[in-house]
Amino acid sequence: MNRLRIFLVILCLLPFAAFSAEPGMPLDKAPIDTSDNASLQRGAESFVSYCLTCHGASYMRYNRHRDLDLSEAEILERLIFTGQKSGDLMLTSMRKKEGEEWFGVVPPDLSVIARSHGADWLYTYLRAFYRDDSTVTGWNNLVFDKVAMPHVLHHLQGDQSINVKTVSGEEVKELQLDVPGSLSVAEYDKFVADLVNYMVYLGEPAANDRRRIGIMVMIFLFGMLGLTYALKREYWRDIH
Amino acid sequence: MSKPLNSMIGWIDKRFPLTSNWKAHLTEYYAPKNFNFWYYFGSLAMLVLVNQLLTGIFLTMSYKPDAGMAFASVEYIMRDVEFGWLIRYMHSTGASMFFVVVYLHMFRGMMYGSYQKPRELLWLVGMGIFFILMSLAFTGYILPWGQMSYWGAQVIISMFGAIPVIGDSLSYFILGDFTLSDAALNRFFAYHVVTLPVLLVTLVLVHILALHEVGSNNPDGIEIKENKDPVTKIPVDGIPFHPYYTVKDIFGVIVFLIVFCGIIFFAPEFGGYFLEHNNFIPADTLKTPDHIAPVWYFTPYYSMLRAVTVNFLWIDAKLWGVILMAAAVVIFAFLPWLDRSPVKSIRYKGPIFKFAMAMFVISFFVLGWLGMKSPTPLYTTLAQIFTVIYFAFFLLMPWYSKIDKTKPEPKRVKK
Repeated sequence: MNRLRIFLVILCLLPFAAFSAEPGMPLDKAPIDTSDNASLQRGAESFVSYCLTCHGASYMRYNRHRDLDLSEAEILERLIFTGQKSGDLMLTSMRKKEGEEWFGVVPPDLSVIARSHGADWLYTYLRAFYRDDSTVTGWNNLVFDKVAMPHVLHHLQGDQSINVKTVSGEEVKELQLDVPGSLSVAEYDKFVADLVNYMVYLGEPAANDRRRIGIMVMIFLFGMLGLTYALKREYWRDIH
Repeated sequence: MSKPLNSMIGWIDKRFPLTSNWKAHLTEYYAPKNFNFWYYFGSLAMLVLVNQLLTGIFLTMSYKPDAGMAFASVEYIMRDVEFGWLIRYMHSTGASMFFVVVYLHMFRGMMYGSYQKPRELLWLVGMGIFFILMSLAFTGYILPWGQMSYWGAQVIISMFGAIPVIGDSLSYFILGDFTLSDAALNRFFAYHVVTLPVLLVTLVLVHILALHEVGSNNPDGIEIKENKDPVTKIPVDGIPFHPYYTVKDIFGVIVFLIVFCGIIFFAPEFGGYFLEHNNFIPADTLKTPDHIAPVWYFTPYYSMLRAVTVNFLWIDAKLWGVILMAAAVVIFAFLPWLDRSPVKSIRYKGPIFKFAMAMFVISFFVLGWLGMKSPTPLYTTLAQIFTVIYFAFFLLMPWYSKIDKTKPEPKRVKK
């Protein structure tokens, strides 16, 4: 019976091994730490300055940012520039119709974007824009070909171009920085890391609470495990 | 027991069979004493059922079955409802864990021949529960109205459309519209929160009543009722369900909760298997995702649906896929009559049965894995091969279970 059990466990794990080996554009690992409030606050400020113009985060309320150790007054001062109330949802000021006219598609809501695309994808995507004259906006992206979004952060990152090389028979695409922006490469990476960190928080604001409560629950359950096992042993002593 | 309590119970007993039911189903229901690891999953399925009912009630308080508001209302639950995230994750994780425990519960029945006489009806009621569970999973998965909710449902609904003659009218009848839309979302909500749960709870009660009538099987597959103490008339290998199995199941519940809460609190998406990444994108009726995959528990059947690629006997390949998929689920119900082995438990069955069982388990997992992948020619061939193996396990059973060399069953249960 034991062999069967081991066999079943191995079978259960098979799909996971296969899942991790899915081919595709290699993504850079995003340095995510949603317990770093300073990083989340910087990310939140960048988010409302750069993203919220076109994208909504329409399931999120401004006053939720108390999670990030911000007071009501700080939220009003640092995150709300549109005269909204702190209990309001983070809606974009751009109308859907305008978005469609300007970009061809309505810019997606970003509330749960980190949950659908993943932090690594966002981290790579926001650093992978390059100049491409063949597209409408003049920008293209290495992880999202012919993306409708222009590179709104280009004055920070600078202008990149693409180099296509052939290495041992395989095509390798590389980005190179032609015109530096106002931030250095390291500073820009840090900027994007904060922004993506914030978007991960935004995707699930309760996540830190969830993990914190989870530890308590686990401690309780492991305690109960010992107790219930002892109880079972006690009752079953006379069964042979 | 204290006197006032005793007299209160006496008062009730004169008006309602409380004590007699308590005895019949708990303190004087004699279960075999040799239950092993595999016998935890029945009570765990009940636990998950209760979890789904309770969390489901709280979810309906804030969920909006409206194509324009459904997705947002789920995020409202996740953010603005007090502990809404916990309720939602308990429900979404519960859905997957329901299938984990039910699949293991069914596998237990298959290993120890629990479907064999006299438990055929018990097995059939269980199959009814399984079908309703699948319907619940399907209708529930539509409710968040994400991309996978929408397009997954499209795939399933299009299967009804493949049925000749009545197909189109049938899908129109199911959807209440020509396409999957708000009308369908509303009716699936009604099915998910009223019709199907009522049916499920009823069938679970019938399942337990049927079980307590025939008595539990055990890993040795022998009838403990055939060996009763001449004086007490109690099976010598039986022990009262309460307290012995209640305390044992409570321990099982804690082990289960460690896994369950581990997922809820530390990996609620479970790597995209329990909550698919694409379902965090609101349903877009104009944008078909590149890759539509159902949730993991449906993937073995989804593989079989896609496995048929040629028209055969004047029947369209798509319809064959639908027939195979339905047959793959329904065929479990025939097990009591497919198995001709003189012994119940795999412990005393011969090498052919053990081999067939192993091949069945492998094909179930491989088909499940293939169902998550985009089809390629190699994957489709693999799906075809393993579909044949899956069905061979059932269809050849009358033959191989008869010629297989069995071992003699013991008189008494073994530890």
